[in-house]
Formats: sequence, structure tokens, C-alpha cells
Amino acid sequence: MTNVQPILSARGLMKRYGQVVAMNGADFDLYPGEITAVIGDNGAGKSTLIKALSGAVVPDHGQIFLEGKEVHFKRPDDARNAGIETVYQNLALSPALSIADNMFLGREWRKPGVMGKVFRKMDHARMQDFARDKLNDLGLMTIQNINQAVETLSGGQRQGVAVARAAAFGSKVIILDEPTAALGVKESRRVLELIQDVRSRGIPIILISHNMPHVFELADRIHVHRLGQRLCVIDPKKHTMSDAVAYMTGAKEPDTELELA
Amino acid sequence: MSTQTEPKKPLNEFEAGLDKADKAVASFAQDDKTLTHVLRKFLRDYPTTIPALVLIVSILFFGAFANNFMTPGTLSLVLKQVTVTGIVAVAQTLIILTAGIDLSVGAILVLSSIIMGKLSVDFGLPPFLAISIGLFFGGLMGWFNGILVTVIKLPPFIVTLGTLSIFTALKLWYSASQSIRGSDIRETAPSLLFFGERISFGGFQITYGVVALLVLAGLVYYMLNHTAWGRHVMAIGDDPDAAMLSGIRINRTLVSVYAFAGLICAFGGWAAAGRVGSISPIGFDDVNLQSITAVVIGGTSLFGGRGSVIGSVLGAIIVGVFTTGLSLGGVDDYWQQFAAGCLVLVAVALDQWLRRATK
Ligand SMILES: Nc1ncnc2c1ncn2[C@@H]1O[C@H](COP(=O)(O)OP(=O)(O)O)[C@@H](O)[C@H]1O
Ligand SMILES: [Mg+2]
Repeated sequence: MTNVQPILSARGLMKRYGQVVAMNGADFDLYPGEITAVIGDNGAGKSTLIKALSGAVVPDHGQIFLEGKEVHFKRPDDARNAGIETVYQNLALSPALSIADNMFLGREWRKPGVMGKVFRKMDHARMQDFARDKLNDLGLMTIQNINQAVETLSGGQRQGVAVARAAAFGSKVIILDEPTAALGVKESRRVLELIQDVRSRGIPIILISHNMPHVFELADRIHVHRLGQRLCVIDPKKHTMSDAVAYMTGAKEPDTELELA
Repeated sequence: MSTQTEPKKPLNEFEAGLDKADKAVASFAQDDKTLTHVLRKFLRDYPTTIPALVLIVSILFFGAFANNFMTPGTLSLVLKQVTVTGIVAVAQTLIILTAGIDLSVGAILVLSSIIMGKLSVDFGLPPFLAISIGLFFGGLMGWFNGILVTVIKLPPFIVTLGTLSIFTALKLWYSASQSIRGSDIRETAPSLLFFGERISFGGFQITYGVVALLVLAGLVYYMLNHTAWGRHVMAIGDDPDAAMLSGIRINRTLVSVYAFAGLICAFGGWAAAGRVGSISPIGFDDVNLQSITAVVIGGTSLFGGRGSVIGSVLGAIIVGVFTTGLSLGGVDDYWQQFAAGCLVLVAVALDQWLRRATK
């Protein structure tokens, strides 16, 4: 289909949890500047796939390539250091900590000089300024106080903070697992706008979603996941939502040509 | 494949209609300004407000109703009495912030102080060395707790219940159930009793132990609030999965917390030697529960992730004020315990109420 090298790809990923096979030889490709949506039934293994790509799960077998080079992520911070940021389905925000603390959790900035080096003092002021800037960038500054605890925010606001965090630090790839699943219609809308905003900066995005209208609105390609594998990749311009749902549920088998996509 | 922007895919009608809907409402507004909400928010943001208020009110109360309470002598006595509990409560706070609990703190304290005492008095080691070795073993015992909690993944309550017995047995074995007499310590290693010495000013007699408690609390406050390590400790207690996904090394951090807590308890053992004037293998048995009491009264949540070390010190002082105040007021011992129990229950109920607002 294209000669462009994928920025992030995976081949033959396997992961078992006891008897459950969460990934059964899953392949994946994400191309520069694109949004690839991953759809699939509940339990198809979408979350496990993206957790493997983000270092939260170490696959039993298989390979992951970032910009053509094989990578071995052992922990989430390995992937983060490589420029892959993830908004997990369960958000991965720490409720009692502030917005600014959450944005920098696990990568705090220290003060310059002796205070930072010897006394390990964090640079609260600089982190807060940065966090405020990033939220402003995404038009999220209706969130007033950068020091307020995340638990005091609404679901949409939290999602906004999580997306802002990913956008702020994701230099290569941003992964969003069901970012609108827990949100009301209006808040979903706002988060979709955020996603488009992030894409317009040229950062490729993996979007896992159950919501066909959202997927067809945003995605450049749709990766259909079924029974722990990539079933096919479809072009949203050439297929309808009911095609996608039929592939996803197994009601319809894709053409062989699609499987190679 | 190109990424040209094409006309939007046919959305279903509901979504399409929504495009025209008022987007302004979608700006994340969330306002609930009822009084209880404001109060909850304030208390969550400033968790030490309540213990501070309780302390002030109880001091005023006993000042008004108990003879001789509001005197420099009595107030100094209260502080002196809570020194060891306060130091252990600082250690306990760290553990409880990670949603753990440490029942072995008292045993670590006593065993460490026996090590310090025996090495310097019986084996003639220079006190500096004996104390350092005692501190090291305190940290080692805490580290052992941490390894059991993280690597073997046993619940902290069970782990420390087990090590409580183990360390207790070790302390009886190592000391041969013998105390180290104060006169012997004063002769060979007076610096072991350093924290019992006093600074006097205007009728107040503050021991170095009290000063040490305050400095320690300040240090731990700094670590919790101004270093990345502190943020990670809070995050782990708050939501360990979220912390892991944020790239925090959970096991490493937890082991460091338990080891540091053990070190603080050993330091508490040094302070205890000064406070008592001798070193005994028995005693400080109830410091386990007292430290938990102080932490809870100080507003730290037993569910982890929220609380403050300053609150725990205030909590220890509150218990001291009640104990001394009630006894000066001629109230029997058991009512002092009764009062401490009530404080704990009220504090836990309050914590539940604060947490409920977040769910
Ligand atoms: N940590 C885990 N332990 C055991 N089973 C798991 C775990 N994570 C996922 N699974 C199982 O793996 C399968 C795929 O799950 P998941 O990747 O979450 O699917 P999806 O995100 O597509 O709904 C499911 O059957 C799920 O129950
Ligand atoms: Mg999922």
C-alpha cells in the first residue's frame, strides 16, 4: 500500500495469562503522521497489544520495532524514554496528587545547582509553569489551579490532563486506550478535538476505541483486532462502519487482499 | 495512502447533530460550591488543619480545667513523653502513606538500642561506631520487611506481624533478657544518653530528643514534599497501578521506605535510651500501636496516599496532652486510653468522609 516505513510496528506478539491467550501472534503498524485506530471486541486483546507497545506488558514472544530498530521495553519508563506516551484505559493518574505532580510523575525536574544535585529538590515552579503551558496549548485552562488534586476534576478534565501529559512528552508516538469510553457525549467531543489537535502537530497516534463514529471520524487506517491477532487493516474511506463491525465480530471475513494491508 | 483531510465520514445522526450543539458547555466546568464541598476541599488540601486545631483546643481545655497543666514544666514534660512515640510515628507515617503498616517498629527500636548498648558497654566499641552499627541493623531489619513485602508479595500486616515475633525473639536472645544499666552506660558511653539531656529556657526544659524529633519531622516533610522520591511514595500509596504505569519503580521505592523506616526506628532506639536513661529488652511494646494511633489522629489515611508527617507529630503530642491532662485532672488511667480510642475512631471516620468525596 505504501512504501513509507512504519514508525512503530510489531510482529508476532504473543502473551498468555494462564489459560487465556491475550495476544496470539499479533502484528501492528503505525505510519508517520497518521492516526491508526485499533478496534475489536471486548477481550480481543487490544489493551494487551498497546501495553506491549508501551512497556507495561512484556510479551512472551515477538518483536517490536521503533523507527525500524528493534526495541525491548521492560518497563513503562523504557517506552517513555523512547518517546512513546500512553494514556491507559484506566488513566494512570494518581488521584490525590495535583495536576502538575501528575504530569511530571516519574520524570520530575530538579532544581539547578546544589539544591537539585545534593538535596534533590524538585523544581516545583518550573514544572508548574510547564504544565500550565501545556494545558493552555490544548485549550484546557478552564482547569484553574494547576495544584488542585486530580480527584477533584471531572472525568473529562482528567482525560484532558492525561492527554495533555502524553502530548507534552510524547515525541514519537502517542497511544490512547479508549479515551472516550467513560465520558459523556460532550466531554467525548472535547477529547476528540484534543486528539485532532495533537495529530495536527504531526505526532502519530494509536487510538483504541469502541466507538465507530469516533474511529471513522479520526482514523487514517483502522486495524481490526480479533482473537488476539490483527485480522485486517481497512481504509475508513472505502469501508462502512457496518463492514468494520462485521469484521470485528466475525460476522464477515475480510478479503484476503485486505489481510495483507 | 494520503492523509488529506476529506469530508468527514458520515456520522450517525446523534453525533452529527452534536457538532452544531453548544460547544462552550463542553469546556470542562465543574462547580459545586456547597459548604460541605468547600470544607472537604480545604481539609484535603490542608490535612494538618484538624490535628492542629484539636491540639490547640485540647491544650486550652486542659489549661482551663486541669491544675498546673498550662505551665512550662508540664508542657515540657508532655513533649518529653512523646519523643519516642513521635519519632516512631514519623517512620510509621512513611509506611502508612504507601498503604502499608508496620507492627515491628517497636521491636526494631528495642533491638537496635540493645545493639548500640551492648556493643559500647559490653564490647567496648567507641559509641560512635556502636551507634552506627545499631542504626545499620535498624535499616537492615526494615529492609528485610520491605523485601518480604515486595519480592514475596505478602501483605505488610502479615509480614510485620511475623517479623515482630522474630525481632522480639532476637532481642531477648541477644540481650539474654538483661537490661543495660544506666550507670554502666554513663560510665562507658555517655553519648548514648545524649538525647535525654536538656536545654532550659524560661522554665521550659526541652530535651535534645524533642529537638531531634522536630528536625527529623522537618527532614521527612522535605523528602515527601520536595523530592521526587516523596512524590513516588505518595503515588504508590494512592494507586499502585497508576504509579507503575507512570514509570515508577514500585518495589525499589517500597524497599527504600521500609528500610528508611527501620533506620528511623533505630534512631528512636537511641533517643529512647536517653529518654529512659538505660536500655532494657522489655518496654516500648506499645509503641507499635501508639505510633499508629498518632499517625491516624494526625490525619494520615490508613488507605495510603494522603496524609502528612507533621500531622503525625501533632497526633503524638495530642495523645500526650490528653494523657497528661487527664491524669493531672485526677482521671484514672483507663479513661486516658478511652479518650485515645475515641480520637482514633473520630479521625478514621473523618478520613472516610473526606475520601468518599472523591469516589
Ligand atoms: N493481567 C491480566 N491477567 C489475566 N488476564 C488478562 C490480563 N490482562 C488481560 N487479560 C485477558 O486477556 C484478554 C485480552 O484482554 P484485553 O487486552 O484487555 O482486551 P481488550 O482491551 O481488547 O478488551 C482478556 O480475556 C482478558 O481477560
Ligand atoms: Mg481494553
